[in-house]
Amino acid sequence: MTRMKELSQLMKTLEDQLVVCMKCGMCQAVCPLFAETGREADVARGKLALLDGLMVQMFDDPEGVHQRLNKCLLCGSCAANCPSGVNVLEIFIKARAILAGFQGLSPAKKAIFRGMLAHPELFDRLGEWGAKFQKVFTKPANEVIGTSCARFMSPLIGERHFRPLAAVPFHKRISSLDTRPGASGLKVAFYVGCLADKIFPDLAQATVDVLTHHGVGIFMPENQACCGIPAVSGGDTDTFKRLVRRNIRLFQGGRYDCLVTACATCTSTIREVWPMMTASDQELHAGARRIAEKTFDISQFLVDRVGLKASADSNGDIPVTYHDPCHLKKSLKVWNEPRALINASRGYRLKEMPESDWCCGMGGSFNIQYYGISGRIGDRKRDNIRATGCRIVATGCPACMLQISDTLSRAGDAVQVKHPVELYAESLKTK
Amino acid sequence: MQSKTILKAFEAAVGAENVFSDPADLATYAYDAAVLDKVMPSFAVRPTTSEALGQVVRLCNENRLPLTVRGAGTNLSGGTIPHPGGVVLVTNGLNRILEINTEDLFARVQPGVVTAKLAAAVEAKGLFYPPDPGSQAVSTLGGNVAENAGGLRGLKYGVTRDYVMGLDFFDVDGGLVKTGGRTVKCVSGYNLTGLMVASEGTLGVFNEIILKLIPPPAYRKSMMAVFREMRQASEAVAAIIANRVVPATLEFMDNFTIRAVESFSQAGLPLDAGALMLVECDGYPGQVEDDAAKVEKICKELGATSIRVARDDAERDKVWEARRAALSALAKVRPTTVLEDATVPRSKIPAMIQALENISRKYELTIGTFGHAGDGNLHPTILTDRRDAKEWERVEAAIEDIFEEALALGGTLSGEHGIGTAKSRFMEKETSRATILYSRRIKSALDPNSILNPGKIIGGTS
Repeated sequence: MTRMKELSQLMKTLEDQLVVCMKCGMCQAVCPLFAETGREADVARGKLALLDGLMVQMFDDPEGVHQRLNKCLLCGSCAANCPSGVNVLEIFIKARAILAGFQGLSPAKKAIFRGMLAHPELFDRLGEWGAKFQKVFTKPANEVIGTSCARFMSPLIGERHFRPLAAVPFHKRISSLDTRPGASGLKVAFYVGCLADKIFPDLAQATVDVLTHHGVGIFMPENQACCGIPAVSGGDTDTFKRLVRRNIRLFQGGRYDCLVTACATCTSTIREVWPMMTASDQELHAGARRIAEKTFDISQFLVDRVGLKASADSNGDIPVTYHDPCHLKKSLKVWNEPRALINASRGYRLKEMPESDWCCGMGGSFNIQYYGISGRIGDRKRDNIRATGCRIVATGCPACMLQISDTLSRAGDAVQVKHPVELYAESLKTK
Repeated sequence: MQSKTILKAFEAAVGAENVFSDPADLATYAYDAAVLDKVMPSFAVRPTTSEALGQVVRLCNENRLPLTVRGAGTNLSGGTIPHPGGVVLVTNGLNRILEINTEDLFARVQPGVVTAKLAAAVEAKGLFYPPDPGSQAVSTLGGNVAENAGGLRGLKYGVTRDYVMGLDFFDVDGGLVKTGGRTVKCVSGYNLTGLMVASEGTLGVFNEIILKLIPPPAYRKSMMAVFREMRQASEAVAAIIANRVVPATLEFMDNFTIRAVESFSQAGLPLDAGALMLVECDGYPGQVEDDAAKVEKICKELGATSIRVARDDAERDKVWEARRAALSALAKVRPTTVLEDATVPRSKIPAMIQALENISRKYELTIGTFGHAGDGNLHPTILTDRRDAKEWERVEAAIEDIFEEALALGGTLSGEHGIGTAKSRFMEKETSRATILYSRRIKSALDPNSILNPGKIIGGTS
């Protein structure tokens, strides 16, 4: 069998999902990347056509397709707006795995996924060292936002304004928890997530504080591993499965009603990607499904299960605008709950921005590979935030927090970037 | 010229970053929304200035390269599928609204402006651009003019043709041709504007379009009527018009579509209804109330089992939600969705609906029908799987029957989707041999090398 024929056979596993696309092109209206470039290969319809092209052996350029497939934020705006209901994310993630397997993973990705992510203890150590040494290469950029930038020309950092690694990661503050349910009678497993642990430990702390305040018991095992999204979206299903297996083993140990995270991306990965990408391994799949079914975003849990109400003082003095993370709104259909959480925070009131659910342009590794376009998409978000005049922007995903911090900081704006649960935790303290 | 040299010349005209020749880019410009085979171009270009646009057209002609202009690629008749080895010219780099003139009521736009973006910009200035094709969220105005796109408001407000005041476009030599203008009245020279509308990129390449704007209606009222039988709904349509009421929109959907929408969105639609009719009247409040009352009375007299009148914007949205969901609900039923748009004089709608039912039975196919009842523009939608060769043969035969029936009833092959390559071989049936020859003589006079979207509308690609 020739190589292209072999690849065509692999693509055939996606055929039933690919034929659902009727090529109507409506995805062009919502794709944040296409809005910047106008190139058909950047929008879902074009990428689906490329996969179809490999399947029917219309042309011979698997590397070209692989590159174009990787040039995508995986924000799911297209899928949420698709008239014929194409499972775009599932197709793209599976096709990335097929093409990475066929073409081979790049050495850099191999080093990051298999050398670092797959080994949580090592990842933690590297993070801690990084926190110590980062000051050598970087300097503070914006005090309000808390960003840093490169001290001298650096190909790695470039123009970025980034939130530095925390001096003390969350797992050094609290390594594990297993508390009993209080007044609420509920107990949750808390999945911290890499960004909340290493960059936003205050967010993880706020989550614990709020749960504790409402009498919710917490099960938090130590040595949690990454949810696997960087690996699986890079096409490395082996590392992904290894991480899922480890997390399942950790969380199987506790008894709890729900698993919560304060990260939109982790939540949608556990809920949707874990079951989707483990189907070939029965035991792993069953474990993934058991956890996925009870995984919720923190705001959804607080509103739906704890019964959080808008504060009597929800017309507080301080206006806060809210950005919808794609992985919350488009993947999980959660958008009322984080807003309710803001309105439940005394002293604050929600002020909507235009296009609140337009992607911020982060997209994980997309930001690293296509920083220029990622930045332009971010600038659109910055303009919309600015238009509200708010001094605080909240969003339910640490990855969005990074991107929004970068875009605001580069423009020299003094706007704080917060997670809704941080605002709520703060308002509990000032009571 | 050698192909490398040709590519260099195009790169010089539009910038190297706007010329695409990798197979993995070309494969994304090989299709549009029609259910037809893909055709690979030899390269694609995306000019960002008028000057570059003109140069691309001239270069194509000089090098005898077939040129297909592409906006958003939402065409449903294959009009944006390139000629084998041809050039695709993507217009979305020319996407500026050049002017919205609130005194003389017109807008000047580049061809790549998205329809809904113009509509929103015009609305923000307190004016109204009525044409609203189903793909308006992505479709371009250049494409709308080239196809003479319609939409839901055709009955009262007309179609794209009725809003084109003037154009300038490039001929094959790269010369800029001007027609029409900014005045309501303008009789200087041939009506080339009329010739260019619906020419599907076969006679020239648009550079700038002047569109008429109107004041928006002050008030609207929507309602939804349920009928046990399609025949009753069709009679109601005829009676409404006969009673001198011209609603802005008058839409309907058949039982199959109702069931598809209901299973998809659980909107509470009656599953046993033969037809659902959706009406919106707009204008001055007093007149709208009078018209709405008339429509309600007519529907009741003709057997409507229930009528829901929207009292506010939220209810109005609810009424139209069902109609907006029609195509996506149908599209989810089977992998392949063939959306036709055979159109008949509105008095012939009952006959056409009957014919569609017969065709569906004869070829054992699933056909859901919805559409613009007010202007006779039906959308029989065949739900199938193109991979099933036997079924696909029956689909092709059914499409041919649909065309035959529409023509037999005094209708047309296409109300708004265009002829492209999908329907070109039926053109002579609707018109005459002489019409085709006359059209081909125009084409060969204006485009002697046949580089402008060859093969579309009037065939003759050789």
